[in-house]
Amino acid sequence: MAANIVYREIANKRATWALLALCGLFIVAGAGAHLTMEHYGHVITGMDNRIVWGLPHVFAVFLIVAASGALNVASTASVFGKSIYKPLAPLSGLLSLALLAGGLTVLMLDLGRPDRIIVAATQYNFKSVFAWNVFLYTGFFTIVGAYLWMMMERRMNAYAKHLGAAAFIWRLVLTTGTGSIFGFLVARQAYQSAVLAPTFIAFSLSYGTAIYLLTLAGACAIDDRPLGDAIVGRLKNLLATFVAASLYLVAVLHLTNLYFTRNHGVENFILRDGGIFTGLFWIGQVGIGSVLPLIFLLAPGVTRARVLLASVAVVIGGFCQMYVTIIGGQAWPLNLFPGFKVSSSFFDGEVHNYAPSIWEILLGLGGVALAIAIVILALRLLRFLPERLDDATLDPSHAALRPHPAESAHAQ
Amino acid sequence: MKLLRGQSASSRARSILAYRGGMSRISLRGSSHLDLLATLPVHAIRLLFIFVFAIGANLSFAGVPKPVIDIAKPGSKCLAPPEVMRRTHMSMLLHQREKTLRLGERGAKVSLEGCIECHANKSNGSVLGSNQNFCQTCHAYVAVKVDCFECHQPSTGMVKTAGTKP
Amino acid sequence: MSEETTPDAAAVRDPARRAFLGVSATAAAAAAGFVALAPGVRLMELAQAQSSYPAAGQFASSKIRWGMLIDTTKCATGCTDCVTACNKENAIEPGSGRPAQSSQWIRKIELTEQAGGHRELSLPMMCQHCANPPCVDVCPTGASFKRADGIVLVDRHICIGCRYCMMACPYQARSFVHEPLHDQNPEVPRGQGCVESCTLCVQRIDRGQGPACVEACTQAGHGAMIFGDLNDPAGEIAKRIATTASSQVRADLRLDPGVRYQGI
Repeated sequence: MAANIVYREIANKRATWALLALCGLFIVAGAGAHLTMEHYGHVITGMDNRIVWGLPHVFAVFLIVAASGALNVASTASVFGKSIYKPLAPLSGLLSLALLAGGLTVLMLDLGRPDRIIVAATQYNFKSVFAWNVFLYTGFFTIVGAYLWMMMERRMNAYAKHLGAAAFIWRLVLTTGTGSIFGFLVARQAYQSAVLAPTFIAFSLSYGTAIYLLTLAGACAIDDRPLGDAIVGRLKNLLATFVAASLYLVAVLHLTNLYFTRNHGVENFILRDGGIFTGLFWIGQVGIGSVLPLIFLLAPGVTRARVLLASVAVVIGGFCQMYVTIIGGQAWPLNLFPGFKVSSSFFDGEVHNYAPSIWEILLGLGGVALAIAIVILALRLLRFLPERLDDATLDPSHAALRPHPAESAHAQ
Repeated sequence: MKLLRGQSASSRARSILAYRGGMSRISLRGSSHLDLLATLPVHAIRLLFIFVFAIGANLSFAGVPKPVIDIAKPGSKCLAPPEVMRRTHMSMLLHQREKTLRLGERGAKVSLEGCIECHANKSNGSVLGSNQNFCQTCHAYVAVKVDCFECHQPSTGMVKTAGTKP
Repeated sequence: MSEETTPDAAAVRDPARRAFLGVSATAAAAAAGFVALAPGVRLMELAQAQSSYPAAGQFASSKIRWGMLIDTTKCATGCTDCVTACNKENAIEPGSGRPAQSSQWIRKIELTEQAGGHRELSLPMMCQHCANPPCVDVCPTGASFKRADGIVLVDRHICIGCRYCMMACPYQARSFVHEPLHDQNPEVPRGQGCVESCTLCVQRIDRGQGPACVEACTQAGHGAMIFGDLNDPAGEIAKRIATTASSQVRADLRLDPGVRYQGI
């Protein structure tokens, strides 16, 4: 069945140009925001000495975590031998590279001294997770780039499996490293858990699969390529599994934290008293990001529209989760003097509020637009997407999913 | 690009170049070296034009004046002859700053402040501010940003704080 | 200028043997930058170059460990002499943004005990100059480092402004410079986009003096802060720590700060 797969560049010029133009607008706005921030300093942003990482980091970490998970489809094909996913693998690799590029761009442009990126690339303190991440991220680009080449160059197809395995392991280390950025902070009560590392892996899988689904559906829709239920159904099940795993690990994280009385303050803050953070946690992360998608994906009568809606919900939930983790964790004050109530001119002892500025929003959106633009450009110029992904092409022996009234109306 | 499937890799590459250069897909069917030769001069002329324009632009602009070394304290000697200083002052500063900052060495003969004490321009007492000032004159000419003075930039009359005169 | 001895010479700086010969601490001429945000250039007066710094070739010694001892019973609520002195010495001014965006190298914290009789106390909090600093561990470029004599510093030449050290510091000791700075102390260059924190007035220590905050507190007669070499058994600070109970803030983190408090 794989022999029948033909890959072709997207031919719909109008749609791709329009999308690229839209992305270009956001990219320019993001660049402008960065230049403004660099010129005037971070004083124009909502970040300060208490909330040192703000919305740009929410966007950046989300994109980076999703990048790692987006490669999962390719890994499933190459590493776990599920050949039905093989035609989807190139797009998966492309998406992961694009998301990582977008995320890293936002991260690097938010630095206090972005002109010193060369310094960051040449001077390392190897005890720092950040320094390891520089290698992990650049290595990811190299490995996935080579992996893509091996998948797309016919003569190298035999080796794709091995590089796919390497990419899979690299990805796990990378995501663990990203989670460890937070897990290694001794001082912050919100991050003190070893469960944070596997939780981030679960997050990456669910966000990455959701974004992959949306990208696949979007790319096929732009070019009127048939996308069959066989593959959407499998991706749906994968997504549901990952969302459930994420929800479970989040529950474990908070329950274990709640066990220790000393953490009751920060847990109550996130779960009950934190105002916007509590709202984002329960409604955003848990409700929209986990429960709603599970209902959409697993309840009987699932339709293509519901699957895509569930994916959107997972993405929204992901942003909320990152916001709560990154900013909520900083809003809660450090506990320097257990047993004392404190106050100072540096906002000790009080919950600190954060209001993002337009510059941070534009910078973050610019990174997202960059990722989308890279995907569109690549789909337009190179053969990442199979011409047909309908059931007949992918898996002739596949019995179609239980046909639903809504499905029959769905254009193939 | 399916049309190119039958060709060898190198001729495929050439055909792609020609295609991008504006030839239609149909004519690529019979691509040969001749077609490439036809497009080569076009590219060559384009490149030549850009090259000439770039040189001409540099020549025609008034541009940045050649450096003017104005020593405020003539007669005193620098740490090394000018040719040596020109080539090595950056590494001297880089190495000394590591020693001062990381190892805590003070009072070394290489110091940013030492340079400025001699080289600050008579007119405004600074090494920056116009292309007549010491650091700026060369750095503007070679277009290398001087990063030092965003931080090393004290103010007038910043006397050491009270009670510190040893 | 004095001769330069080889860096590998055994010459180390020792408070007892400090020589006051040598190089004048020449001060830099003012600069309005290339990318002049502030027009006008000014001449920086050479502060009377009393040869305060020792001769070249002397380095910070690991035999010394600088530390501070703060007696909170002598620290008055509402007194900010140390904060004022620090801001003056290091030319720290309030920024143009929100208060949380201004640098605070030292701050006064007012505490109220929650159990019992609600005892109130007050103490200054600054970089604790830990022996195992988490900020040094997490800095990706190694800009955050610990000098041989225990002072934790930021090398602002290579700081990229990622603020990870600010996330890592358990004492909230670090500040980020949110806007371009002017009017600085020539011996304390600070810049936009870098992270900074209390340096224990390293420029003063290298001249044989104590930090500005300690000096101000002493001169005002409060006597709540002492500074000295923790490794010197004959020094006042070591003697006091050996006889009277003192504690480290967040001692449970095992960072071994060089700043100790009495009376918490």
